[in-house]
Amino acid sequence: MDTTVTTGNEENVWGGGNRPLGASYGKLMMWFFIVSDALTFSGFLASYGFSRFKFIETWPIADEVFTHVPFFHGNYPMIYVAFMTFVLIMSSVTMVLAVDAGHKMKQKAVVWYMFLTIIGGAIFVGSQAWEWATFIKGDYGAIETKGGRLLQFVQADTGERAAITSFAAALTEDRVQDTRDKGVWYTDEAALTTVSLNEVIEGFKADPNILIRTETINEEGEKTLLNREQSLGRLKDAVRVVEGANLVRNEYGSRLFADFFFFITGFHGFHVFSGVVINVIIFFNVILGTYEKRGHYEMVEKVGLYWHFVDLVWVFVFTFFYLV
Amino acid sequence: MAHEHKLEIFRGLVKFKSNIQKIWGVLIFLTIVTAVEVVLGILKPEFLTKTSFLGMKLLNWIFIILTLVKAYYIAWDFMHLRDEKSSLRRAIVWTPIFLVSYLVFILLFEATYIYEVFKNGFFAWDF
Repeated sequence: MDTTVTTGNEENVWGGGNRPLGASYGKLMMWFFIVSDALTFSGFLASYGFSRFKFIETWPIADEVFTHVPFFHGNYPMIYVAFMTFVLIMSSVTMVLAVDAGHKMKQKAVVWYMFLTIIGGAIFVGSQAWEWATFIKGDYGAIETKGGRLLQFVQADTGERAAITSFAAALTEDRVQDTRDKGVWYTDEAALTTVSLNEVIEGFKADPNILIRTETINEEGEKTLLNREQSLGRLKDAVRVVEGANLVRNEYGSRLFADFFFFITGFHGFHVFSGVVINVIIFFNVILGTYEKRGHYEMVEKVGLYWHFVDLVWVFVFTFFYLV
Repeated sequence: MAHEHKLEIFRGLVKFKSNIQKIWGVLIFLTIVTAVEVVLGILKPEFLTKTSFLGMKLLNWIFIILTLVKAYYIAWDFMHLRDEKSSLRRAIVWTPIFLVSYLVFILLFEATYIYEVFKNGFFAWDF
């Protein structure tokens, strides 16, 4: 072709019909979505940082909240989340391998790697469900004061946390759950806690080995431990027993902590779930030979981008919820 | 689609023979970084928690920097940003970096102010 032609696609970027960024329409749109979704997650994490900096002195310590590993008793902070992180990174790896096999038009390999990716995603979502269940159930229980502060209990001799059920006195009380059909029509309460406030207070008075620790973090980066007299003094302000976590209050400390935990890990878990669903669809398309007929596996590459993005977000959630 | 993969990481320090080898190499690197984070998070060495830099513990700075390092390798090697045109890469990367750093700056600045008000104001919060 003659070099004097100026309307050729190769030479005029603004003439249309070419790809100035060297990426196909579908991939570009996926990148648009990923960038906007990244900004959404950043907004959530930044507002988490906002709330945390507001209550920097009383924020719960993640190591003391997430200490459980399924099938094992005892105190293993972070181990399970680290495992979850590894599972997600691993499924990201099988996804890139699927994309790579797609470039080489190896249908069987793509099927196999997509399958492994789906399994990894399912393990992650399952782990997150377990993590939520453990968080909602709680383990030690706490007492809430008039001002909405939380008081947790510690064994004086070992320094370990004490569950409220372990020292509460057994009182013969008539406890009735307040529901809307009894008493005032617009008031009700959640299910009764395993021990009542009075039982905890009486049990505390009877057991000199129990101390209270407040939400305030001291200079060593640990929660402040009160002595026996201070503890008894603080107990006068107690209004209710808190067990586990919900959107209103939680036994770990600041209410916003549980709210953000549910919201951000929930939003991320929803992304993983939809990622698994999309992966399953693509998986069946690969088996049916759709992309073999189409002549390229770009669709695998596009869902791959989404899947890596989910992994990328988890790296940040992991840091800001569990590490920092 | 069929463009070439760039097989060097760490600015050419490590060069892989194939794309698959590079994927496994990056996985090993990411696993090591995560392991370092978890070990530091469990041990919490005192010289890192006692010293603070720009109002945050040194340990937390390390966590954030390691997170950004992991994010870089996920985006560059798993999401193939390394193989894209630099114009696309810059559009994707710098837009969020600019917006997020601005948002984080104003929110954390404001939060610190509110913290001071709670702490020094004439209201009791701890009762």
